[in-house]
Parts: sequence; C-alpha cells; structure tokens
Amino acid sequence: MTSTSDFAISVPSDTSQARQVQDRIIELLEKREFSERDLFGVRLALEEALVNAIKHGNGMDPTKQVYVDCQFTDDRVRIVIQDEGGGFDSSTVPDPTAEENLDKPGGRGIMLMKAFMSHVEYNDVGNRLLLEKLRDEPEEDDD
Amino acid sequence: MAASHHRLDLEDVGDVTVAAFIDKKILDESNIQVIGNQMFSLVEDDGRRKIVLDFGNVEYLSSAALGKLIVMDKKVKAANGQLRMCAVRPDIYEVFRITKLNKLFTIFDTRDLALEGF
Repeated sequence: MTSTSDFAISVPSDTSQARQVQDRIIELLEKREFSERDLFGVRLALEEALVNAIKHGNGMDPTKQVYVDCQFTDDRVRIVIQDEGGGFDSSTVPDPTAEENLDKPGGRGIMLMKAFMSHVEYNDVGNRLLLEKLRDEPEEDDD
Repeated sequence: MAASHHRLDLEDVGDVTVAAFIDKKILDESNIQVIGNQMFSLVEDDGRRKIVLDFGNVEYLSSAALGKLIVMDKKVKAANGQLRMCAVRPDIYEVFRITKLNKLFTIFDTRDLALEGF
C-alpha cells in the first residue's frame, strides 16, 4: 500500500541538501504523530546514513548523487539510501564499544543507526542502505 | 573559516571552566570542526585543566560530534586535567549509553553537581 507522502529524490553530495531531505522526512513523521523519541532516532539515523553516503560513499564528489526513497505506512517509515560509491563490507567495521576502541573517535554511526531504527540492512555491495522504523517501539533492554 | 564565531559559552567558576554548547544541533561537519577546535583550545592554548561541558542546549548530536568529545577527553587526560559533562538530555544520554561512552565520560545531572567538589 502506498501513501501520498511517499517520495523518491536524488540529491548531490552536499550535506545541506541532504539535510533538507532529512527535514522533509521528519516533518512527515511529525504530521503522522510519531513520538519525540522516534523522531530523535530517525533524525539521528538519517544524519549518519546521509553523511556516510556523501562522505564515504560518494567521496564528497559533487557530480555524484545520493538517491533517497521514502515510503510511509500508518505504523512505519521505510527509507532506502543509495550512493554511487563502490560500497564497503559493513561486517568489517570494528566494534567501537570494545575496550580497546572505546577512546577511538570513529565508527559509531552504524551502531547508532542500528540502535535507533527497527531494521537496518546494507545490500551486498554496501552502497545501498535500508532503514526502517516502526512507530513507538517498546524499549529494548540490551544490557 | 568562521573559526572566530564562538560556539561555546564560557564561564569561569573558581578554577573550573564551564563551557556550554550554544547549538541545539551539533550535526554539521564544519560546525563540529569549529566546536572541536574551540574545545581543544581550552586545554591546548589556554591551559585550562578543569573543564565542565554543559549540554543543556543540545538536542541532537551525531557520531562526528562524539568523535570530537572523545578526542577532547583524551587531550584533557593527557594534560593531567579533568573533564566533566552535565545537563545531558535523556535522548543524548541514550546515545552515550549505546556507544558505551557513559563509561568513558564523567557525566553529572546538573552543572551544580558537576562543579561540586571539582
């Protein structure tokens, strides 16, 4: 089932333009009365995903595009973000919470996306990311 | 660059420097760069050793901002100083908790509690 809010857009490798897409998605979720906590999580995940696509995927190349496809239903939003880069193997990203990595500055974006979204999945190449958020999930106790 | 455009409000309380983030959203890369440089300058240029970072205004921050906080923590520790954080909103604290940075950072509920016994 499609919603009238669904959209697909390509933006150049520019974080301010990507942030406009981010704002548009958040506004649509606000209209759909997603909770503040959900909005926080989706915004954070989008920020991390779009910056990764622009910086690491497209290498900040302004001639390359980031493609965003966004679909809404009553209880969820499903966002696909694809860049024009060669991809990466997400399983090789070191665990930033490991004792030896705790004071290293990088590698927390993917972890935050996974924590705040209901479902996060890269394609095999690693240049297309699916982010899915179900409304008002009960808090997971992962300690 | 807009390096002179201050992104931190500074207040000296005795020998402690309280640095409050001005921005609600610490997301933009160039902004994060400026904020990082201003934080590092407190230790590297001003020789401050007791620093409280006040997050009262901060509603969002990204992993790039976390990177700067980690580097700041390292710099303060390397200078035999102490870094405390305070007034972290629940959502932001959740970010620290998920990334286990709540174990690396010393976080207090309020500015007053952070200053107590510092």
